[in-house]
Amino acid sequence: MHPARSVIIFTVLSGLGFGFLAFLGAGLVQPSGWAAFWLWGLGYALAVGGLLSSTFHLGNPQRALLAFTQWRSSWLSREAWAAVAALLCLAPMALSDWLGLGLPRIIGLLGAVLCALTILSTSMIYAQIRAVPRWNNASVPAAFMALALGGGAILADQTGLAVVLLAASGAAMAWHWRQGDQAFAAAGSTMGTATGLGDIGRVEVFELPHTGGNYLLREMIFVVGRKHAQKVRIIAMACAVVLPMVCLLLLPPFVGLLAALAAYLIGAFAQRWLFFAQAEHVVGLYYGKR
Amino acid sequence: MTCLPAKTDKALGLVIDLDTCVGCHACVTACKGWNDQGYGAPLSDQNPYGSDPSGTFLNRVHSYQVVPDLTGGVQAAAQIINFPRSCLHCADAPCVTVCPTGASYKRVEDGIVLVNEDACIGCGLCAWACPYGAREMDADAGVMKKCTLCVDRIYNENLPEEDREPACVRTCPTGARHFGDLGDPDSDVSKLVASRGGYDLMPEQATRPTNKYLPPRKKDRPDQASLLAPLLDIQATGFAGWLDKVLGKL
Amino acid sequence: MNQPRVDTSPHVSDEIRQTTCYMCACRCGINVHLKSGKVSYIEGNRDHPINKGVLCAKGASGIMQVTAPSRLRAPLKRVGPRGSGAFEEISWDEALEIATGWLKPLRETAPEKLAFFTGRDQSQSFTGWWAQAFGTPNYAAHGGFCSVNMAAAGIYTLGGAFWEFGAPDWERSKLFVLFGVAEDHDSNPIKIGIGKMKDRGARVIGVNPIRSGYNAVADDWIGITPGTDGLMILSLIHCLLEAGKVDLDYLARYTNAALLVSEAEGAEKGLFVRNAEAQPFVIDRRTGAPAPWDGKGVEPDLGAVWQGHRTVFQHMAERYLAPDYAPEAVAARCGVSAARIRALAAELADVAFNQAIVLDRPWVDFRGDAHTHMVGRPVSFHAMRGISAHSNGFQTARALHLLQILLGAVETPGSWRMKPPYPKPVEAHPTPHFGVVPGKPLNGPHLGYVRGPEQLALHPDGSAVRIDKAFTWENPFSAHGMMHMVIPNAHAGDPYKIDTLFLYMANMSWNSSMNSGRVMEMLTDKGADGDYVIPRIIYSDAYASEMVAYADLILPDTTYLERHDCISMLDRPCSEPEAAGDAIRWPVVEPDRDVRGFQSVLLDLGVRLGLGPMVNPDGSAKFKDYADYIVNHQRRPGVGPLMGFRGADGQGEGRGDVNPDQMQRYIDNGGFFQAHVPENAGFFKPWNAGYQDWAVEVGLYETPQPYLFNIWSEPMRRFQLAAEGHGFVLPPDHLRARLIQSMDPLPLWYAPYGDAEDGFDVHALTQRPMAMYHSWGSQNAWLRQIHGKNPLYVPTKIWEQHGFSEGDYARVTSANGQIEVPVAHMAALNENTVWTWNAIGKRKGAWALDEGAPEATEGFLLNHLISELLPPKGDGMRYSNSDPVTGQAAWFDLRVKIDRIAPQAEAQPAFPKLHRVVPKGGRRE
Ligand SMILES: Nc1nc2c(c(=O)[nH]1)N[C@H]1C(S)=C(S)[C@@H](COP(=O)(O)OP(=O)(O)OC[C@H]3O[C@@H](n4cnc5c(=O)[nH]c(N)nc54)[C@H](O)[C@@H]3O)O[C@H]1N2
Ligand SMILES: Nc1nc2c(c(=O)[nH]1)N[C@H]1C(S)=C(S)[C@@H](COP(=O)(O)OP(=O)(O)OC[C@H]3O[C@@H](n4cnc5c(=O)[nH]c(N)nc54)[C@H](O)[C@@H]3O)O[C@H]1N2
Ligand code: SF4
Ligand code: SF4
Ligand code: SF4
Ligand code: SF4
Ligand code: SF4
Ligand SMILES: [Mo]
Repeated sequence: MHPARSVIIFTVLSGLGFGFLAFLGAGLVQPSGWAAFWLWGLGYALAVGGLLSSTFHLGNPQRALLAFTQWRSSWLSREAWAAVAALLCLAPMALSDWLGLGLPRIIGLLGAVLCALTILSTSMIYAQIRAVPRWNNASVPAAFMALALGGGAILADQTGLAVVLLAASGAAMAWHWRQGDQAFAAAGSTMGTATGLGDIGRVEVFELPHTGGNYLLREMIFVVGRKHAQKVRIIAMACAVVLPMVCLLLLPPFVGLLAALAAYLIGAFAQRWLFFAQAEHVVGLYYGKR
Repeated sequence: MTCLPAKTDKALGLVIDLDTCVGCHACVTACKGWNDQGYGAPLSDQNPYGSDPSGTFLNRVHSYQVVPDLTGGVQAAAQIINFPRSCLHCADAPCVTVCPTGASYKRVEDGIVLVNEDACIGCGLCAWACPYGAREMDADAGVMKKCTLCVDRIYNENLPEEDREPACVRTCPTGARHFGDLGDPDSDVSKLVASRGGYDLMPEQATRPTNKYLPPRKKDRPDQASLLAPLLDIQATGFAGWLDKVLGKL
Repeated sequence: MNQPRVDTSPHVSDEIRQTTCYMCACRCGINVHLKSGKVSYIEGNRDHPINKGVLCAKGASGIMQVTAPSRLRAPLKRVGPRGSGAFEEISWDEALEIATGWLKPLRETAPEKLAFFTGRDQSQSFTGWWAQAFGTPNYAAHGGFCSVNMAAAGIYTLGGAFWEFGAPDWERSKLFVLFGVAEDHDSNPIKIGIGKMKDRGARVIGVNPIRSGYNAVADDWIGITPGTDGLMILSLIHCLLEAGKVDLDYLARYTNAALLVSEAEGAEKGLFVRNAEAQPFVIDRRTGAPAPWDGKGVEPDLGAVWQGHRTVFQHMAERYLAPDYAPEAVAARCGVSAARIRALAAELADVAFNQAIVLDRPWVDFRGDAHTHMVGRPVSFHAMRGISAHSNGFQTARALHLLQILLGAVETPGSWRMKPPYPKPVEAHPTPHFGVVPGKPLNGPHLGYVRGPEQLALHPDGSAVRIDKAFTWENPFSAHGMMHMVIPNAHAGDPYKIDTLFLYMANMSWNSSMNSGRVMEMLTDKGADGDYVIPRIIYSDAYASEMVAYADLILPDTTYLERHDCISMLDRPCSEPEAAGDAIRWPVVEPDRDVRGFQSVLLDLGVRLGLGPMVNPDGSAKFKDYADYIVNHQRRPGVGPLMGFRGADGQGEGRGDVNPDQMQRYIDNGGFFQAHVPENAGFFKPWNAGYQDWAVEVGLYETPQPYLFNIWSEPMRRFQLAAEGHGFVLPPDHLRARLIQSMDPLPLWYAPYGDAEDGFDVHALTQRPMAMYHSWGSQNAWLRQIHGKNPLYVPTKIWEQHGFSEGDYARVTSANGQIEVPVAHMAALNENTVWTWNAIGKRKGAWALDEGAPEATEGFLLNHLISELLPPKGDGMRYSNSDPVTGQAAWFDLRVKIDRIAPQAEAQPAFPKLHRVVPKGGRRE
């Protein structure tokens, strides 16, 4: 799959944002006054910025509101609802923290759940797609959730939780990669099943249907850069998991947090890039490429 | 709308005969021509005269080579099979359920899967969900394009009755494309599918396609024809003997 | 659920105009939809006999052709050096004055100094008529480099040929064998036909080194070694004769198998024994005595021996029964196992004789014998350039026709039939004319069918009259001329120098020439006097092709939707076996540029030159334009370019006075006309009195022309006799041995001349892509997305031998040159053959494409490897790379060597970019 910048930014930033908001909402950090303003603001900026970034991916963003209509079947629609609900639900909590209104934490807790639901919905957009076997399994929501919450925990300055969540995220990532590497074969789609000609013998491409480019080749059949997968995996694991833990545990508090965050972002972007770049769509079978 | 109808009144679709498709691409440009001026936005082309032309097409024809498996230690000749690919109007169309806006839907009356371009935000998710590459986002209009099964032809009262069939079917010179109601077991297309062993593409994707493909007939069959027996041994009897025999004068 | 409401009955268009497609030469009927005066959609015309509603990929993309940015916009005069592509726009008046200024003195002094050659011309009866009126002997269209072997072998043998001039009986045939066809001119009819056969479960066999397209859907594939079909066919004939599985009755009645071949030593040897009236005769089985070949009730005896003279049948049988033709003897050479050849022979015999079909249609033959029914041999064949574009192609095509004849599978139900105006025997065709008198028209039509050496176009000193050396000892039956030799000969001044080369619709500096790089040099070479060796070049194209850059004066043509055209019975009509048919084109949209239909321009030029048939006695134009000519010109009284709606009442079919409303009647009728062959005249046409009478009635000929198929070719034997030293007109010594071999009166096989080169052990071929037409397709925004580049397809054996992998390039070398091109693997391919798609490669700057267009960077031509001349022989002579009988360009004799090289940025050779004569294409219109 084509690793579109807008979508990578969207998933990483909004994941981090909602992860952080979840912690703020749940009250694990309870800033007040201007500190609350800035922290909540940061959470909102990340979440909303990420969401906005995703609209750059749209052909007709002016109709984006229509995306709320299909919550009964569409994870993208559900994500829209969850995100808005989370942001709306947490708004009074944020105000309360900032202005000291003392609203009950239960609102924040509810918001936190909605944040988690948002992250889950985002991940399900990918995980639901059977045509991309690498995505079509439980490791995707696990990895999305762990990474988002891990990042949130770093921002929330929850060293202990962060270490646990980052470790979980590392495990989920490894699971996703392991699972992913076998997924295509396990899904059972081959050039034989794609064309139905497998019964005759070994199917190969003779001629492509077009020598010119098309949307499918650009969007679904991304092959450039996959050969760097192993390197990128190491970077992702090192930066998103190991380095933040090390920074948080070994460096002085504020410096550690910033360093961990920086490493996390690099790692998360790497992981997300790989998430798309490595994912093979079964349509590639028709083109003899995956 | 994004939910799939539990049942459709008809299951209109195409049956494509891989035994007769010569790979001429006629259906490709007939489809482009019709849909460029028909349903929804035109099918745009980018850099049409440039170094990397690219455009939206709703139907594409692949060409595969198949090297048959060894049978009894004998390697039969490789085959070329041309393979048109467009939307299969799946019964369990994942492209529909993922659509956040309801732009993608499956029609209750005939099972045609369509995109309502006025509602499409161009998120591309439906194209991701389609295993068959049947959807292409139009780079100019920013909306998702796909085979409409020529919904603006098949019922079109401004067209003569005989022309109320998809543009690709109408143009296919070899008659490799058939159109009809695959939900009706008595329809011509259903009978054709039954008699020729029509099959689904990627059944493991659980999309339950409406369109069916007819497999190529067995090629290069070992010759059953008994060889010609010479009239007589010409080396031994000479030309005169042969001539007498062949002209029936013996 | 609330679905959106879809308008399922949208307004389709304001108007439909019906005309004829010209994205290729198949001539399908099209419905052109117009919205607000602009073309909005093109679909097939269901009533049209050729395509019955279907269109190919090109036809359906016509809208992109008529809006292509590559369309020329105005007449152009060269301002830079020739070949650079620098031009200035001029007015039509200036352009026509320049042309008149060049041509008028030539006509008055040396008309042969004008060479007028037309490419994929659909108006040859008109352009030929013009050239005849001008008086130059140097006229032909593209047939000589295309498939004249097929045309000539067919006419000399059957009185009709493959191309689109005949067709299998698609409704009844049970076995169809296709030799060497990728697409062909009759492309939609063949596709429709193959579809029908498959639908009926009939069998299709493809004989072709490459298994794509039609051959891919064939039930069986014979991946023959290129150039060896003739040998395999003669081996099939061997098997059939050996088993006595030939249609003796058919041979005796309808072919010259029963004619007697003279055994007398001397100038008559091998000619038919003739009676006092100079007529060949047969021995009647009933009496054992000589009888006229066409006498009523006569039963010709195939086994007769009369005064020591034996029948053609015996000569033929004796030759092919020889062990040299046994499958076991030819298998290795053909790359087809003996068992496979024997099985095919058995299958042919089985279908022809055990599965014969009988139609309940009474008919009367030319001898006056009545038949109660028609017996059919449901075996059909079709063949094209795969067998004809070899230097043994004429004889190979003859061999295939012989196979058809032996099976009784021509003009019988279920087999293969000719389309009117065919059948038409050699005798009914003109002979070539070349009588030049300055200031006067030529003494007759240029092209024709030579019957003997005295008809060759030779000066008394033996030199060639024509610039292309057609109708000479080097290629006596060059019935279509030899377009591929015009530029090389004019450049070499051999046989003489010319002044003006006038070309129409032929991309001669690129894909249509052999040795394209060298041809570009020939076109730009200057003599010692500083003038171009070919002093003047006038060219008519509709688009910014590679050839435009090499002309001095460009006469821009309209596109096919903007002009009148005539697909005429005098030329290459669009008939079916069951109906004579012709068609028109008419301007369904008006040109938006300063361009004119070429034929109208020729008429204008004719008036300026004062050419007789084009001017009234007062010097004014006889025809306003081409449309006027189409309606008002008469070739013979009552017979004109169009056969339909003749006479004042518009009721005349084929014959009748001029009808001023004729064009409108065609338009009202969908752009075409058909005259149906009566049912009992639909088969056995050469011998069917019903057909002969009908053909006379509709003006195909003036008197009935029944004839016998020529298994033994007397015209060929006459040339052999001359080579043996008999007669008054004798060939030069160095050509005698070659003539004796190639002009054998019975079909034979010899190795293609190109095979002689050592070390070049791989055959290299091209195929036409179904979705592209030569060079014109690449300017089409839709089609170029389908075929924008062309790899060299390499078979598994060679692929593995050289360790090729995806993305690699190959260096391909022939005796003539070298190219470097991208490769791809193809498994379903003869193991010693490589190939590529024809004419995808483009020159930078042409066709309004970007310089970086894949067509111009990765696309390539094989033409650089093919020479118009063979390498020098022992005697130092360089023969033309053509069939020795017809002069057909031997494109497919090409032999190469392959080396693997690393992936490259561009294919080689790369030529400098041409100046643009039209701006580079931007967005789609
Ligand atoms: N290697 C290789 N070379 C081959 C062959 C092969 O098999 N292999 N095949 C050969 C054969 S059989 C043929 S017939 C030739 C084909 O060769 P050509 O007949 O030369 O075909 P093109 O080059 O496509 O077209 C000639 C020109 O006609 C112009 N044209 C198109 N439409 C119009 C019009 O309406 N009016 C005018 N005035 N011009 C128009 C085009 O722009 C183009 O420049 O190629 C030959 N070359
Ligand atoms: N779409 C499209 N249609 C066209 C044209 C076009 O450019 N595009 N051009 C038109 C013109 S001008 C022409 S002349 C016709 C030509 O139509 P075709 O005769 O179909 O010409 P080619 O495409 O050259 O195909 C030649 C075939 O012969 C095979 N072949 C080569 N050598 C041998 C051999 O020795 N034996 C056998 N058995 N096969 C062999 C090749 O593999 C190839 O399949 O097509 C016409 N129709
Ligand atoms: S083929 Fe693809 S686009 Fe068409 S219905 Fe099935 S899943 Fe949807
Ligand atoms: S691209 Fe359009 S049709 Fe497809 S899922 Fe998005 S909104 Fe729906
Ligand atoms: S049915 Fe219509 S839209 Fe679909 S592929 Fe055919 S022509 Fe195109
Ligand atoms: S038009 Fe028919 S034969 Fe041609 S590619 Fe399409 S399906 Fe195949
Ligand atoms: S075969 Fe195609 S390009 Fe040729 S005339 Fe017919 S529709 Fe036009
Ligand atoms: Mo040709």
